[in-house]
Amino acid sequence: MELLSGADMLIRSLEDEGVEYIYGYPGGAALHIYDALFRQDKVKHILVRHEQAAVHMADGYARATGKPGTVLVTSGPGATNTITGIATAFMDSIPMVVLCGQVMTHLIGEDAFQETDMIGVSRPVVKHNMSVRHPSEIPEIIRKAYYIASTGRPGPVVVDIPKDMTTPNERYEYHFPAKVKLRSYNPVVRGHAGQIKKAVDMLLAAKRPMIYAGGGVILGKASDQLRELVQMLGYPITNTLMGIGCYPATDKQHLGWLGMHGTYESNMAMHHADLILAIGARFDDRVTNATEKFCPGARIIHIDIDPASISKTIEADVPIVGPVDSVLKEMISLVKEAKAKPDAGALAAWWKQIDEWRAFHGMRYQTSDDVIKPQEVVEAVWRITQGDAFVTSDVGQHQMFAAQYYKFDKPNRWINSGGLGTMGFGLPAAMGIKLNFPEEEVVCFTGEGSIQMNIQELSTCKQYNLPVKIVNLNNQALGMVKQWQDMNYEARHSQSYMESLPDFIKLAEAYGHVGIRIDRKEDLEPKLREAFAMKDKLVFLDIYVDRFEHVYPMQVPRGAMKDMWLSKTERV
Amino acid sequence: MRRIISVLLENEPGALSRVVGLFSQRNYNIETLTVAPTEDPTLSRLTVTTTGSDKVIEQITKQLNKLIEVVKLVDLTEGAHIERELMLIKLKATGAQRAEIKRTVDIFRGQIVDVTSAIYTVQLVGDSDKLDAFIQAVGTGGVLEVVRSGVSGIARGEKVLSL
Repeated sequence: MELLSGADMLIRSLEDEGVEYIYGYPGGAALHIYDALFRQDKVKHILVRHEQAAVHMADGYARATGKPGTVLVTSGPGATNTITGIATAFMDSIPMVVLCGQVMTHLIGEDAFQETDMIGVSRPVVKHNMSVRHPSEIPEIIRKAYYIASTGRPGPVVVDIPKDMTTPNERYEYHFPAKVKLRSYNPVVRGHAGQIKKAVDMLLAAKRPMIYAGGGVILGKASDQLRELVQMLGYPITNTLMGIGCYPATDKQHLGWLGMHGTYESNMAMHHADLILAIGARFDDRVTNATEKFCPGARIIHIDIDPASISKTIEADVPIVGPVDSVLKEMISLVKEAKAKPDAGALAAWWKQIDEWRAFHGMRYQTSDDVIKPQEVVEAVWRITQGDAFVTSDVGQHQMFAAQYYKFDKPNRWINSGGLGTMGFGLPAAMGIKLNFPEEEVVCFTGEGSIQMNIQELSTCKQYNLPVKIVNLNNQALGMVKQWQDMNYEARHSQSYMESLPDFIKLAEAYGHVGIRIDRKEDLEPKLREAFAMKDKLVFLDIYVDRFEHVYPMQVPRGAMKDMWLSKTERV
Repeated sequence: MRRIISVLLENEPGALSRVVGLFSQRNYNIETLTVAPTEDPTLSRLTVTTTGSDKVIEQITKQLNKLIEVVKLVDLTEGAHIERELMLIKLKATGAQRAEIKRTVDIFRGQIVDVTSAIYTVQLVGDSDKLDAFIQAVGTGGVLEVVRSGVSGIARGEKVLSL
């Protein structure tokens, strides 16, 4: 049997776990681990410029592949700098393992140099966290960490590793467990058959059905089953911001996404539905608007892997706890066997109504002859990338425009911080994806506010040659904040202007990349094409867009799903 | 409504703080909390009393169940159960009060466990209402110090919370 130090066991465990890349930043408490990394070539380390970016890189990778990402940082500030990234992953149920150095065991609690109680600090934003108390435990703890992170409702797991656990002076037998079992953790593997049957009966009897799918469909790898069920039934479908791509956006049964900035037709259809089938979605406040006015005539079937998501904000009539793929599979076979068929007359009338809503609004915006509209930038990028890029986004107006106007036909391609709304997420997430999918087009939509929250990563892009395309929708303001101030604070733009913007072109060039400024409408398409033709270059596109544009539709606060602003002057 | 939730928890460092953290993080209320290892040293038994609507209680039990270290839990208030709390209370006991306090302690089936010329220390076991009633009966004027253990509970009959 091989004898390894804790540090070597850690790296070997990652290798045995199938980890190819880890994202991180070294420091005192992690030095034994970094030395072990140096002495092997299986697990590759990507050095970021700020630990938050390491977490977002791992997160981007996890969202694009469905596999857990891995982060390695030192104790104290290294660990605390990961918190925003971990919280981002936690809110969106992204599988991830964050390995943090810690001061030596005998120093814990003594306010030692670079000591932080990372177990305590991270507790509210992790699925689980663990401390290593003996080096020989490391393989099992690593196996457990990945198992917990990636099963059930996924989420981030933090492993805190005191420096003495990785010392080269102590060696132990290495054994990587093939399986781990936790008596207190048993994710559900099947939905309740009786409940599924009841749900199918309700579904087939519905007159105005609506399917509402969320990020859980993507996390649960159930897009194929969803498409089969939806097309078999012929029912309309909407999805959440996190569910974008779980069903092809260009399909006619797809009404676009729903909620605060969802489409008019989705929100109207939700409000008037008599049956809602919620799949891997959690009735978030950005979806439901005022819960007491939510979909008054609808009965609700709710499928989710996490029982705590069911009836948390909106009471479910038929709860089904289980993995969405297996539950949908069972539903599909029940629909096939069922004697009852959807009521064709009712469905036709329902579609007629939906088509009227679509015709009334659909997605539209006012074009202009002289200024570039942010929406048309997104549409142009969609055309140029043939709707097939991995698209990451930061947070704000540009995020909503990207989600509204880039039509995603595949899951795992729309990568954004939905739950936490983390500015600074987009660039590092794009980097994590590009590293793992070097042949694919990776676009980051951002704004001049968000991009500056992790702009230092342009340096990492240079080091590892990550030619992502950064599309900066530059409106010279914190657009979403400004929009709310326009609408709710009589246009008092408190701190929402970005004065003294850097010259992003020079900045990109200083980091060794290409910068292109676009401020004339006629240049938009040709310069975008020029940028996307540079396959091996990171191109920073600084695009000056309409400073006064708002994101619409926008639900009226404290209203029902159907209460929306459709433009600055139209309210329904 | 007041509920008593009993939890079997992995007896590991940090497990308790996860439970307590969950309550503050999700804005749930803890009225009392007791915790100690069971006959199986790998498990702790934790009893928490809380109040909330049925919806809130449902969320509390679901969220507790999600904690990796929570092995099992039961809402004792859903069925017949026994609830006990221990109180140690130090009372001013001089002059005529001395005999009166002694009588009250007997009525409540408590015990005087320590005596000085001016003070009785009384031990009392019962459900929380009984302990409240005792304090009311002796009158808060004479109370010098109160220590309550928080509620422990167990289901009546054959129901058992174990692995």
